[in-house]
Amino acid sequence: MVAAEEIIGSRIKRREDPRLITGEAKYLEDIQLPGLLHAAILRSPHAHAKIKKIDISKAAKHPGVIAVYTGKDFADVNPMPCAWQAGKVKNNVNTPRVLEIDRVTFTGAGVAVVIAEDRYTAQDALELIHVDYEVLPAVVDAEKATKAGAPQLHENAPSNIALEWTCGTQESTDRALKEADVVVKQRMLNQRLIPTPMETRGCIAQYQAATEEWTVWMTSQAPHVMRLLMTAFVFGVPETKMRVISPQVGGGFGAKIFLYPEYCLMVALSRKIGRPVKWMETRSENYIATTHGRDHITEIEVGAKKDGTITALKVNTYANLGGVLSTIAPGIPTTLYGRMLSGTYRIPNIFCHVYGVYTNTGMVDAYRGAGRPEATYVIERAVDLVAHELGLDPVAIRRKNFIPPDAFPYDPVILNGLKYDSGEYAKALDLALKMLGYESFRKEQAEARKQGRYLGVGFSSYVEICGVAPSAWIGLPGEGWGAGLWESANVRVHLTGKVVVTTGSQSHGQGHETSVAQVVAGELGIAVDDVIVQHSDTLGTPFGYGTYGSRSTAVGTVAVYNSLQKIKEKAKLLGAHMLEAAPEDVVFEDGKVFVKGSPDQSKTIQEIAGAAALAYSLPPGMEPFLDNTSYYDPPNCTFPFGTHICVVEVDKESGEVKIKRYIAIDDVGKVINPMIVEGQVHGGIVQGVAQALWEGAVYDDNGQLLTGSLMDYAIPKADFFPTFETDRTETPTPVNPLGVKGAGETGTIASTPAVVNAIVDALSPFGVKHIDMPVTPPKIWRILQGHGG
Amino acid sequence: MKVSIKVNGTLYEREVEPRMLLVHFLREELGLTGTNVGCDTSQCGACNVHLNGQVVKSCTCLAVQADGSEVTTIEGLKTNGHLHPMQEAFWEKHGLQCGFCTPGMIMTSVALLQSNPHPTDAEIRHGLEGNLCRCTGYQNIVAAVKAAAEIK
Repeated sequence: MVAAEEIIGSRIKRREDPRLITGEAKYLEDIQLPGLLHAAILRSPHAHAKIKKIDISKAAKHPGVIAVYTGKDFADVNPMPCAWQAGKVKNNVNTPRVLEIDRVTFTGAGVAVVIAEDRYTAQDALELIHVDYEVLPAVVDAEKATKAGAPQLHENAPSNIALEWTCGTQESTDRALKEADVVVKQRMLNQRLIPTPMETRGCIAQYQAATEEWTVWMTSQAPHVMRLLMTAFVFGVPETKMRVISPQVGGGFGAKIFLYPEYCLMVALSRKIGRPVKWMETRSENYIATTHGRDHITEIEVGAKKDGTITALKVNTYANLGGVLSTIAPGIPTTLYGRMLSGTYRIPNIFCHVYGVYTNTGMVDAYRGAGRPEATYVIERAVDLVAHELGLDPVAIRRKNFIPPDAFPYDPVILNGLKYDSGEYAKALDLALKMLGYESFRKEQAEARKQGRYLGVGFSSYVEICGVAPSAWIGLPGEGWGAGLWESANVRVHLTGKVVVTTGSQSHGQGHETSVAQVVAGELGIAVDDVIVQHSDTLGTPFGYGTYGSRSTAVGTVAVYNSLQKIKEKAKLLGAHMLEAAPEDVVFEDGKVFVKGSPDQSKTIQEIAGAAALAYSLPPGMEPFLDNTSYYDPPNCTFPFGTHICVVEVDKESGEVKIKRYIAIDDVGKVINPMIVEGQVHGGIVQGVAQALWEGAVYDDNGQLLTGSLMDYAIPKADFFPTFETDRTETPTPVNPLGVKGAGETGTIASTPAVVNAIVDALSPFGVKHIDMPVTPPKIWRILQGHGG
Repeated sequence: MKVSIKVNGTLYEREVEPRMLLVHFLREELGLTGTNVGCDTSQCGACNVHLNGQVVKSCTCLAVQADGSEVTTIEGLKTNGHLHPMQEAFWEKHGLQCGFCTPGMIMTSVALLQSNPHPTDAEIRHGLEGNLCRCTGYQNIVAAVKAAAEIK
């Protein structure tokens, strides 16, 4: 066994794995209930259309079909709420209904549902429904959608603009640009991505008429929030009438945060039919009906002095939000994007203007990184563009503009009052450069060019925002988030000394059952195996906002830590009582309470827990049991950072990009389980690199998704990558007592610009300054042909 | 149609619709829910099982095609209650996060080592081409397969 004081920071094997490697884990699709019915949803094949008439008569008569419904049958069910609207501006909100009634604004919107005894029958009957559509012209490009003459999607959103938001100061930025020695302008696309967790979405709802109560199983990253939104906003029933359970969830990457129409549809159906109903999304449905990410068209202007000092950054972005708004869609291209555009640099003047735009495409919302990858891409490309313009080294320009370590806490001004907590940006860069061997790489590159081989190196010195809080900052008064954003935990030490932790956050691959147990074991001086962590069920866990934005450790686990401190305090009082010592004379160390200096006479936490549970002899006024619940609302966000370096070779003949090396130095503050953090970094890098090189959701002009399956959308495979070289610096955050920052998204945020910068570097002999993603071989080949390469 | 399929050493005889997929036969007729479905186009490999010793995508095979065959699923990998070395290696090397691709990934990896007991990193990566994982970035999966090869 690992010694108690070493548990936090150890590579402890995951405790969730035995059920996963044996196939015993129960995902949504694995759940069976007596009398369970299966639902299949008919989806619009048109991106923009009026629904004139729906004929369900044939489908309803099909053998094995229980019922067929259309949107009109659910006219009394409210549309989905939009729970994060852009702060302090008007949001023209349109959200989906459980089934659309008279109009669809994207391909894949649900228009009818079949409920049958089995899934095959339900699918068969879908083909018997006839829908009469009046097809309308469609627009899929966010910038074009705002122009005169574009098809209009919603009456309340003139020019298809859902929101117009700014941050920073326009006047000073314009002035600084005018005064700058050089100004670089660039248009850049951050293409639409499809999150693609390996498990698609699904839901089972069961209704008990006698008590008017539901139990709902769903593939959710935030079961408490789902219950709140469904009961209070969609159905108008007491929150206490519903229990939501996230069973084993097979990845989310943001796409499983949101309240989707299908979940509410199952809830409505279970009440209507009086039997439990299940819907499990197919992958084809997942691609058209589950949220996408990114999709920005951005124009930037960067001003700098001749020595490379950046003086101004002006950004104008069209953010495509899809045909209707998903649950937190407006917050992503505003708060989580604009406010992070300063990156790791001192930039005295920044102005960011964002249009959130409706188009006839699938909903766009948070996808791993959510706004920060887009911001990091802008600033890390901007820095390279300035370096290129001035003939400076990309490393030198980063160093010149870095926020120095003594400037923290640092106020980048555009963060609306928050400050970067801690950072040593040059330290991470130095370590990455050492691993690369920068000077020798440049020599190798020069030699290779002589031989007609094109190597490139790209840098990304990023900072991101995690553990998003405080509630009063992110909430309605500041940034428009329609709730709080604290986390909760309950810790109970049972009579036997075994510990149960319940948490309002949720784990869908992150390993919380291990990392949280490590914190408990380390603090209480007990074995990790004596701790069980329960989550993902609104029955039996305290309210929590769920898992996204790399917040479960930086917020949720801190709540656990705070409860542990209160439990230790009570254990000290009781231990002192048992030792017949004064409370002020005892200490809690290594799982024991003893009088300072006399560790031989001690009471173990197990003995104390037993005494607390039996309650035969407690100090006057003390309640039985060691039990504590904490609610933690952090005073600030946390700001992980680091440097990623990518080395590529571009094949001049085929345009193919080969990643030769990938180096990642991440600083996520204190680390509870390095093995888990490295796993998060690896997975994040792959998703970010995939955006740079392969992935991209493509709609045609009619709003048909051309990349509608895994055959057409390029999820990377094992042989696309070399072995990543990873390391860490460790700069604890002063924001929370654990010193932890959050590690779930760093890889995705950092990696994309590192790859693109590397490709641009490789192609610089051909005069290439910028290239849009995904940088596919045909794209490079064409550029090289155009440059006579 | 009547099928008789030996799954994880036990012979099962069932009446099935001709169109029933092998994966649904395993999951719904036999209750072996360890095998997952991740796509509908035979890309992801989450449903991989062994059919007469060969890896197949059980979402792309009808139950009737497996009539008279022997199938091994993730549930059949343990021997005498002990984890298969590949299962141990995935656990040890953190070769999984959400776990959804894991049963298929492990079944492919087991077959990979059967045909090539000492693969290089490149051979492992190539051998796993038919299996998608969205969480791990594959690096620790490669490490797990290597580790399992060394145990053997």
